[in-house]
Amino acid sequence: MNIVVCIKQVPDSTHIRVHPVTNTIMRQGVPAVINPYDLFAIEEALRIRDAHGGKVTVITMGPPPAAVALRKALAYGCDEAVLITDKIFSGADTLATSYVLASAISMLGKEQPVDLVFTGKQTIDGDTAQVGPGIAKRLDLELLTYVAKIVAVDQAAGKIQVERRAEGGVQLLETRLPALITMLEGSNEMRFGTAPDVFRAARAEIRTWDRNSAGIEDIKKVGLKGSPTIVSRVFGPTPRDEKAEQIAFDPAAPEVATAALLEKILADSPKVAKELARHQAGEHAGARHE
Amino acid sequence: MSNARTDKPIKKRKVKLEGDLLNYKGVWVLVESERGYVHPVSWELMGQGRILADQLGVELCGVVMGAPGPALQAQCEAAFAYGADRCYRVASPVLADYRNVPFTHALTDLVNQFKPEILLLGATTLGRDLAGSVATTLKTGLTADCTGLDIDPEDRCLLSTRPTFGGSLLCTIVTLNYRPQMATVRHRVMPMPEAQPERSGLIIDVDPHLVETDVVTKILDFLPDDQSGKAQLPYAEMIVSGGKGLGKAENFKLVWDLAKVLGAEVGASRAAIHAGWISADRQVGQTGKTVRPALYIAAGISGAIQHRVGMESSDCIVAINNDPNAPIFDFAHYAIVGDCVQVLPALQKTFAAYLGQTA
Repeated sequence: MNIVVCIKQVPDSTHIRVHPVTNTIMRQGVPAVINPYDLFAIEEALRIRDAHGGKVTVITMGPPPAAVALRKALAYGCDEAVLITDKIFSGADTLATSYVLASAISMLGKEQPVDLVFTGKQTIDGDTAQVGPGIAKRLDLELLTYVAKIVAVDQAAGKIQVERRAEGGVQLLETRLPALITMLEGSNEMRFGTAPDVFRAARAEIRTWDRNSAGIEDIKKVGLKGSPTIVSRVFGPTPRDEKAEQIAFDPAAPEVATAALLEKILADSPKVAKELARHQAGEHAGARHE
Repeated sequence: MSNARTDKPIKKRKVKLEGDLLNYKGVWVLVESERGYVHPVSWELMGQGRILADQLGVELCGVVMGAPGPALQAQCEAAFAYGADRCYRVASPVLADYRNVPFTHALTDLVNQFKPEILLLGATTLGRDLAGSVATTLKTGLTADCTGLDIDPEDRCLLSTRPTFGGSLLCTIVTLNYRPQMATVRHRVMPMPEAQPERSGLIIDVDPHLVETDVVTKILDFLPDDQSGKAQLPYAEMIVSGGKGLGKAENFKLVWDLAKVLGAEVGASRAAIHAGWISADRQVGQTGKTVRPALYIAAGISGAIQHRVGMESSDCIVAINNDPNAPIFDFAHYAIVGDCVQVLPALQKTFAAYLGQTA
């Protein structure tokens, strides 16, 4: 099996802070990580390789420091890595990104036909879930999104069966290879890299491809120029017109505050009063308490 | 854009629509149905689509796709009741259940034939799967998970607003030079419109020319979810949510205890989910559930945008936080600055007494 996994290096969003006065993103010191959803894609690719043989190539489009994410993926056990980097790729939206990644995967396919492409279900910075479907469309791969489980891979017949998360249930799907799979979170548990893999990753060669080696045919389709969507405004949240009403809280007499709060809610919000009355009348189930 | 000052337009660019793109007119909403059940997000979008179509002075159209039969007729009639002027009915046995390739094919052909300027889909597993494929085929712009949709009165462009940078800021995205302008919106972000059963409209039947033997992916089985024991957050009228400010996993019990007294659902912030304090299906926010309850009590939640967009339509928001500068106090209705570990038990007692429960 020749498997390609697309990953993205993202800022660890739990560390992102917005400057309270200027409303700008404070990027200093925000650590970069492999998009957490991509770890499920990497692990699933490694499991298929371990069961069926072949290799896993991990690729990313990004600035040169994104090589760190690729090295991390090699340490988990991926076999090869390609960094796709070129100044003209910057400012890409999902349409332009899928064009570059699809083009690079085609180039890998010239070395050896690709059987499976994996991505995470979405990234934590963009949260769009659009790049996977975009790559599949461009390469004419069968698309399997939100895959919770790979049920069976029949390499000889070139077939794969998966469980796909749908609205209200799970679809059991069978399709033909080559296919593109976006993995759902929680579908597996990431392994720890073995010592030999970790050592190998530290010294491994990471191939670096620019627009030419990535096989880009039309530079008008990449980067900012190739992106139909335009960010017209970035802004911070607007406070409500009225500030929240402060209820003074004294730890020595906590119920004074909570009683005052209840009184205000009942006076101001007939909807809440109605819901409380309904609950009193036994009309609510509420959460099933665990 | 790392150091761009916000609250200023980045650059005002002009729309340049050329040739056939000038012929794209009308607002479309995909009526999403799986196994005969229309996802309510489609009707929420129909309500918002009506507003956009009226602003533009164009028709609002529903797109109904599925196996031939009375269900599609009923879906068209419901679309009219929720505001559509016209419905495109695409019927084929191949479309009985959702699969990416035939649905992408049918919707792409429909767009190319009838040329809408705006195409809206629910940000469901179906809508996101389909929208990504259709937008790539049409080579047009798609904005995911919008929390606001509006029309720029100057150039008639769709203004799609969504959280960005992991949910710490908002951005407005436009597709100037390509059509249709596509966007997805999550369930419960837009209010449910009132159905007007007396409304009617025009149904246009379109044959998608699909043949089952051309479709590679087959559905072998469908396993419906067992809903028992799952969080029912989207329609809950009272919710108590906990965040990292609770301090430690054991303190989440105080959230459960208060919810029990109120008959409320239990929610959580992303940070509390990541800390492993509670299961992921209880996450409220951009990457979790969007809720619109009468009462939302946020305990130890700072109120980052990604949480805010999931709950700010609540009628009454009570925020409890140690930090008087927490952003949640900018949009809550009532603020208690204090330690959740002290406030939650007091709230529990107060509500229990009011509701006539014995502790």
